[in-house]
Amino acid sequence: MRRRPRAPQAPRPAGGSLEAEALTRAGLAPAGSGKVLLLACGALAHEILALKRMNGWGHLDLHCLPAILHNTPERIPDAVEAAVKAHRGRYDEVFVVYADCGTGGLLQARCAALGVEMLRGPHCYSFFEGNAAFAAHDDEITAFYLTDFLVRQFDAFVTKPLGLDRHPDLRDMYFGNYTKLVYQAQTDDPDLTKKAKACAAFLKLDFERRFTGYGDLATELAEVAAR
Amino acid sequence: MSDEDEIILSELDDEELVQQMFDDLYDGLKEEIEEGVNILLERGWAPYRILTEALVGGMTIVGKDFRDGILFVPEVLLAANAMKGGMYILKPLLAETGAPRVGKMVIGTVKGDIHDIGKNLVSMMMEGAGFEVVDLGINNAVEAYLEALEAEKPDILGMSALLTTTMPYMKVVIDTMVETGVRDDYIVLVGGAPLNEEFGRAIGADAYCRDAAVAVETAKDLIARRHNQMAAG
Repeated sequence: MRRRPRAPQAPRPAGGSLEAEALTRAGLAPAGSGKVLLLACGALAHEILALKRMNGWGHLDLHCLPAILHNTPERIPDAVEAAVKAHRGRYDEVFVVYADCGTGGLLQARCAALGVEMLRGPHCYSFFEGNAAFAAHDDEITAFYLTDFLVRQFDAFVTKPLGLDRHPDLRDMYFGNYTKLVYQAQTDDPDLTKKAKACAAFLKLDFERRFTGYGDLATELAEVAAR
Repeated sequence: MSDEDEIILSELDDEELVQQMFDDLYDGLKEEIEEGVNILLERGWAPYRILTEALVGGMTIVGKDFRDGILFVPEVLLAANAMKGGMYILKPLLAETGAPRVGKMVIGTVKGDIHDIGKNLVSMMMEGAGFEVVDLGINNAVEAYLEALEAEKPDILGMSALLTTTMPYMKVVIDTMVETGVRDDYIVLVGGAPLNEEFGRAIGADAYCRDAAVAVETAKDLIARRHNQMAAG
């Protein structure tokens, strides 16, 4: 059963793997203050909080939906709509920090119907690298991407849902057409790089680390913050 | 499981063996399925009967439970892998024994997309239902589809995509078929996780098929309608 986002009064998860697991399954409650609510995927919580800290965006509050919605994109539009309706009364604006994320335009349509804006781009792999740069890759259809968050939560997002923990022999059916794992690093973290390499080895894929920083996420949120 | 509990497939009668093969398919036991197929062949079953009654019958149960949320993708893949083992034995025999042919399909994943799990399931179930399937594999440009249509003269073109970024390419293929005047010569079926019926209609496909079982039923239905139209015309 899918859990609901935490109640606004709940303390924010803090620290280590527990935090990543909480962001995956439960999301992150808003603090309840600020002019603009950023309604985001839990997989972006670390990055958005880092951008807030770096830029002093105290007027932007953050509420994350469970990151595991990534694996069932057809549920994202309803979850976003419910959260927008639940929280929009307390803010001047709600900005949805999701790209299309596999919804096939349905999230864009839902946001338009709700009168809220959302991130540009097909998915986080694209906006972290920069949508224009990502679209310019003609030779990456056999690349499997991981971000910092997905490296941390590789088991929850890849190994377990695909049954590879129980049936590693299914690897070829899932990943036989892939050639490389591209770790899009948002931060310089040797431990994450080591883990990403291990993920590539587990999937029997070549490994490439590509530092992206926050990419278009930073520029788009800066536009929202400046309004 | 203790030795006493072990099931000796060759000791089961035909009905029990087919039931056991349903269970083994459900559990993804490839070696047991291969053994079951060989036993039925030794008992004089026609390859087509083994295919339809034991393998397709078993996979139909798997498909229903997947649709109902009882089974998930890993279990379906294991079952498909087991069925593949049985099909590998039966396929050359089916051709030799003149099994009925329902129709012919060319199928492939669209350009820019390397995902083929769904396509492979559809191919396998279509073959199981008596269709001849020409599988173009992954990452197919419009030219590859058109060349295959010209060369193979199938009844059906099937296109698959997993990505929202690649699924619009299906419209490129269909539009090109319209431009070249061949669209109405074929039944066009589309499928893939991010697709839906509305998308299928919007791009001009004959039908969107949400899973392999629906693809088989839709293909049979549309081929029958086509035959009826031709007979009436």
